[in-house]
Amino acid sequence: MGLIQQLGNWIDLRLQLGTSIRETAEHKVPRQTASWLYVFGSAALTCFILQLVTGILLALIYVPSAGQAWNSLQTLNHGIALGWFIRALHGWGSNFMVAVVLIHMVQVFLFGAYKFPRELTWIVGVFLFLVTLGMAFTGQVLRFDQDAYWGLGIGASIASRVPGIGPWAVNLMLGGPIIAGATLSRFFALHVFVVPGLLIAFVGLHLLMVLKLGINEWPMPGRMVRRATYIQEYHELTQKEGVPFVPDAVWKDIFFSGFILLAIAACAILFGPFGPSGQPDPTIIQTAPRPDFFFLWLYALLSFLPPSAETPILLIGPAIGILVLLALPFVAGEGEKSWKRRPIAVLTILLVVVSLGTLTDLARHAPWSPLMDAWSSQPIPDKFLQGRTALERHGALVFQAKQCHNCHSLDKHGGQRGPALDAIALRLTEDQLIRQVIQGGGNMPAYGKNLSPAETTALVAFLETLHAANQRPARNASKALVLGAREAPPR
Amino acid sequence: MSAENGMSRRVALVKLGVFLNGVVGVLLAVPIVRYLLSPVTRQKKFGYESWLSLGRLEQFPAGQTRLATYRNPMVNDWDGETGNIACWVRRVDDQTFQVFAINCAHLGCPVRWFPQSSLFMCPCHGGAYYQDGSRASGPPERGLFQYRYKIEDGRLLIKAGEMPTPGQPVANKARGETAWV
Repeated sequence: MGLIQQLGNWIDLRLQLGTSIRETAEHKVPRQTASWLYVFGSAALTCFILQLVTGILLALIYVPSAGQAWNSLQTLNHGIALGWFIRALHGWGSNFMVAVVLIHMVQVFLFGAYKFPRELTWIVGVFLFLVTLGMAFTGQVLRFDQDAYWGLGIGASIASRVPGIGPWAVNLMLGGPIIAGATLSRFFALHVFVVPGLLIAFVGLHLLMVLKLGINEWPMPGRMVRRATYIQEYHELTQKEGVPFVPDAVWKDIFFSGFILLAIAACAILFGPFGPSGQPDPTIIQTAPRPDFFFLWLYALLSFLPPSAETPILLIGPAIGILVLLALPFVAGEGEKSWKRRPIAVLTILLVVVSLGTLTDLARHAPWSPLMDAWSSQPIPDKFLQGRTALERHGALVFQAKQCHNCHSLDKHGGQRGPALDAIALRLTEDQLIRQVIQGGGNMPAYGKNLSPAETTALVAFLETLHAANQRPARNASKALVLGAREAPPR
Repeated sequence: MSAENGMSRRVALVKLGVFLNGVVGVLLAVPIVRYLLSPVTRQKKFGYESWLSLGRLEQFPAGQTRLATYRNPMVNDWDGETGNIACWVRRVDDQTFQVFAINCAHLGCPVRWFPQSSLFMCPCHGGAYYQDGSRASGPPERGLFQYRYKIEDGRLLIKAGEMPTPGQPVANKARGETAWV
């Protein structure tokens, strides 16, 4: 008997865990679940373990103090050997973890895994999803830079809208009257103690239930889940065509986890750590705060919601979303599991993916934000200036000087907050242009107080030239009749 | 004493022990909850705001809007730069001012002043305000938050100390102190 074997026996005689570990490892799973589609849960766990390890490594250097955190991140990036790599692993590990958890969720949803008797496994999974997002948000705060600072401001502004207790919720969230040391300290406590504690507890429960109830079998179209018979049927399935989890199924989990770790490391090396961006100094206002990737969709949504609907949707929407997820196994606890016979489930996933994807993509360009420096950095393209009169060119100058360019684009340059003006003369007559500039409206500020009559005349003269060469600008046909031939258009 | 009685006495002792721990738990919970709620109770008791100087009046030429900064009245050593807060000061005429919070009334991002077009613009979700702070366009439901101000010994003083948020003014009004106009 080898020395290692002897040592193992010595330990197991005292620990008494060998038998149950072996039984757990070799428990039978339905043959078809040894699949590449059943690897995402274990991959999420692998990501979490990576986050635990890299998180502890970062905590060796990181200082959770509002005055020091940003400097300690700089030290991690530049002063500690491979500190940047640990930060990059933690940052990319976070993104991968959220992504893998989402994929896992979609997979178990489409495979009907939430149905009887795995309702509680799904519910704990929903909580796992929420605490994973909680980790992502609190982690973004610990990267204490401008984005984190103003992101906290957005969080506080949302919290303040809770009816009745809003202002108190803000004070509780910030730990005081403003975003400062106390705020960072409490988000540190959340990110490092509270939320990971919950995560570990939920992961334990989740895994325990997967082992006790058995992995969800591969759904067959037409094989219905019935409370009365399911457990018996599942038992027969695993007995008849079951394979031991180790090694028949687990090798795919191991390979995929290794692949995910490799992908995280590759991203960390190729793209490096996330930020930190500018110092968290609230007196530096030349900043355009953006959330991390997995909250970009929310950023877009906040820009598009009409003001009147915003508060109720912000406060009630998430609660409804979570309730729907929690209620799912009770509403659809029996019946068809296969996604091939569940068109509404498939369409729901498609709708959610397309919506979130579209919002995320929009948030990357943020067309709703004025381009703060377009007026001084993006000149009007030549083609809009050639062959124009002195008055029209002066109007172009007004267009730049009054920052119209921050919200309106010409030839795809400039802001996209308002409509592109390449052919505005085709849509609005001269009088309509004057009215729009002076009175604003349709989400445009009024410039009446801010433009002299001469400036307005010049600006509108310039806008009147914005149309294709072969098209004539819009004109008020009645004007000639009302004002007489004197005011009739020249052509 | 019968075995049955003995069992029930032990069960009773267990119950008594659990009850005792429950009482101790509640006794401990009270200070813990008070500790956790201290940011709220402090606000209710003392408030966070006080009068601060933004500097001499000459720093703010009439007809212009300038960025001013102040150190928040309640700070700790470790707050660093986060204790410095910016605001926009508009001097309407000799004795009339408007002091706007830097935070957009939508979701708190820092608004920027553009003197050329006399607009405040927000970089986050596209809110815009006129020079008097009233809403011009975008998602904000209201104009910019304004600090109360007074002039003393040639200095501009504002009542400040708490981050303005959209939900707050209503609550402050309910308590009879309109900190934010």
